[in-house]
Amino acid sequence: MSTALEQPRAQEKPNYLNAEYGWKSWLLTTDHKRIAVLYIISISAMFLLGGIFAMLIRLELLTPQGDLVNSDTYNKFFTMHGIVMVFFFLVPSIPATLGNFLVPMMIGAKDLAFPRINLLSWYIYIVGAAFAIAAIAMGGVDTGWTFYTPFSTTYSNTFVITAAVGVFVAGFSSILTGLNFIVTVHKMRAPGMTWGRLPLFVWANYATALIQVLGTPVVAITLALVGLERAFHIGIFDPAIGGDPILFQHMFWFYSHPAVYIMILPGMGVVSELVTCFSRKGVFGYSFIAGSSLSIAIIGFLVWGHHMFVTGMSTYASLYFSLLTMFVAVPSAIKVFNWTATMYKGSISYETPMLYAFGFIGLFTIGGLTGLFLGTLGVDVHLTDTYFVVAHFHYVMVGGMVLAYLGGLHFWWPKITGKMYPDGWGKFSALLVFAGFNLTFFPQFIAGYLGQPRRYHAYAPEFQVLNVMSTAGASVLGLGFLIPAVYLLWSLKFGKPAGDNPWGAKGLEWETTSPPPTFNFDQTPIVTEEAYAYAKHQEEHVG
Amino acid sequence: MASDVDHLYIYLVLVSAVMTLLIFATIFVFAVKYRRRSNDEIPAPIHGSLKLEITWSIIPFLIMLTFFWWGAKIFFLNATPPPNSMDVYVVGKQWMWKIQYPGGQREINELHVPVGRPVKITLASEDVIHSFFIPAFRIKHDVVPGRYDTMWFTATKPGRYHLFCAEYCGTEHSGMVGWVTVMSPADYETWLAGGGTGGTMAQQGEQLFEQAGCSSCHLMDRQGRGPNLRGVYGTQVQLTDGRSVTVDDAYIRESILNPNAKIIEGFRPNVMPNFQGQVSEEQILQLIAYIKSLAITGTTVAPAGTQPAGDAQPNGGKL
Repeated sequence: MSTALEQPRAQEKPNYLNAEYGWKSWLLTTDHKRIAVLYIISISAMFLLGGIFAMLIRLELLTPQGDLVNSDTYNKFFTMHGIVMVFFFLVPSIPATLGNFLVPMMIGAKDLAFPRINLLSWYIYIVGAAFAIAAIAMGGVDTGWTFYTPFSTTYSNTFVITAAVGVFVAGFSSILTGLNFIVTVHKMRAPGMTWGRLPLFVWANYATALIQVLGTPVVAITLALVGLERAFHIGIFDPAIGGDPILFQHMFWFYSHPAVYIMILPGMGVVSELVTCFSRKGVFGYSFIAGSSLSIAIIGFLVWGHHMFVTGMSTYASLYFSLLTMFVAVPSAIKVFNWTATMYKGSISYETPMLYAFGFIGLFTIGGLTGLFLGTLGVDVHLTDTYFVVAHFHYVMVGGMVLAYLGGLHFWWPKITGKMYPDGWGKFSALLVFAGFNLTFFPQFIAGYLGQPRRYHAYAPEFQVLNVMSTAGASVLGLGFLIPAVYLLWSLKFGKPAGDNPWGAKGLEWETTSPPPTFNFDQTPIVTEEAYAYAKHQEEHVG
Repeated sequence: MASDVDHLYIYLVLVSAVMTLLIFATIFVFAVKYRRRSNDEIPAPIHGSLKLEITWSIIPFLIMLTFFWWGAKIFFLNATPPPNSMDVYVVGKQWMWKIQYPGGQREINELHVPVGRPVKITLASEDVIHSFFIPAFRIKHDVVPGRYDTMWFTATKPGRYHLFCAEYCGTEHSGMVGWVTVMSPADYETWLAGGGTGGTMAQQGEQLFEQAGCSSCHLMDRQGRGPNLRGVYGTQVQLTDGRSVTVDDAYIRESILNPNAKIIEGFRPNVMPNFQGQVSEEQILQLIAYIKSLAITGTTVAPAGTQPAGDAQPNGGKL
């Protein structure tokens, strides 16, 4: 990939890709755009790894008997699928790639506030990923990505500590990225770029950064305690030595529920950008979309207990967590309604990124509403720990976040690489992803309601039809993910030059060249208008 | 009970379907109606509307409050077993369900209950967290090591129903499954009588009490080195640190496994050996049944009707 990126062309304007050559110029770079590219390569590799585990899981579940691999191997498959996807793909996905590339550019800055710390966070991510891959290579982990105690601290015979160290280390990468974004947004905005003019993608990443900085240390401490109890038998979580296993769940979900918003908020930011650009119209309810990102970040810290309704937690605590869960749904609903309203009387075109945005809104709506089922006490008792939960969070994480990531990647690919991909293939694979996704995960809602527990290697035969549908859908979905990998790589060498602003979009990133120069702008831009002033653009150029 | 959950579930599905369809239809209509017709059209800006924002925040929120309210009602109802329920004791162990009845019958991965009678299940775990899940009854409760949890249900139709472990518990998690057999009351009595047992749970507990040497200190006719246990179940006792505690299942279990945790006033610590690892969770339940039976027949301390805390809060301080 890098050789293609580095191909010099005499007539090309100097940009961040041709500014320097050689592997050192990449591995020692402090340019946020190059670091974003490093992240794109690394998280794509992790996505592939996690995806392979997903396909192995689906293959095993084709038949109810559990006859492809043994139980231990299956348990490792779903654990490693979860760990790789959550901690090494979803958490860094949009902030570390598109956020890294775009946040400075969108606010008219030359770089992030701490460019060297930005590079450091990539190296920390790589070290964390190396531990996770080492845990897999040595024989894997079988605790589930949730590391529930006392199973993880006392009973599992797998490489729990190695994997926990990987997640622990990668957490610091996330904290540093968040810190960098917060400082950058506060201190590096170009003249005229007021808070009220920030693109919504920046607001979303800012809200995400708050969660990263405040939440990640808690999961780091929790996993450190798991490691300590496992290695030295200090009684924290295992009741046999004086600990409390439910304490672990409180600590784990105190991070891991907000982490859900780390994973979805940046995706919402991408969709806000896509909807407004392909409706060619300013976003409806700017301050409500921006404010809803912040309120999701704040309320998101207060609802973790809804993962624990059947643990025997106090009934009154359960009531509180259930009620607050209803509160956190409101800002998400506000976003969906505002995106829809943005399209009203717009000028809507259906390029590949917009198809992903449509997909996101639809699937996130279903993912969000089914989340309310699980926040509703009496119903959660039946549904929790079944395939209903699996379906719900895949609707949010894959239907939401992964679609937003792909939409964003297709939207800004011309900016990142200077090249255009074939839009026909883009649309085709977007439709494949949408169809494959629904075929994979919709049957799981039904299986869950009928009572199929999650994390089962072998299952009751009456669930087989639904599982065969899931596996068939997963194959389509897998193909839908592979096709973009092919044509995007192809476009690096053969794609048509994209031009500076192929979508006619508003935003500072579109006012510089594609690919942008090393310091983003030839001159510091001065901002004189609101975000997404599509109509004003018209007045200036035509009127 | 199961039907309550189903009604709420259907309500949730309907509301969600209407909301989803509304959003999908609106997007579809907008996408078609306002599709780009010429490349240089620029729509007029619309910045937003406070009225709309408030409307679409408040209405969904009120609908969600109905979810919350209905769900909370079912949850509350399910939290406390009715006083006339029959007891069943379940111990989760990698990777099986061990089930004991007060009459002393024991089973593995099979639960037999009569139709129409509330069944209270006391849950304990020998090792990791499990979760006792009967999908047909729409109930589930985690089985957490180190404490007792309870759940209850009333089966309404004879038949055989799946019993699953729903919390991932290691290698054979998916093999930790069994069946719940719901029988007519007459069949159930026959079934209960059929299994030869070594006495009731309380009798088995009494045997264990002798074998483990408990009776050498816990004398039943006078005060020994340990408290006299006759009539103690369900009463409040004063501890050496000034607190008081109700003698319930959780307290007895703790006192067996970690005797020094809560010493009753007038007794010394470090007298009773620690039985951690010496007795299984099933045996502890038998010992508790025995001590409970002492309370019922007891003549000295506990007059009838003065033990409200015992049955109402079986897992001490859950609320």
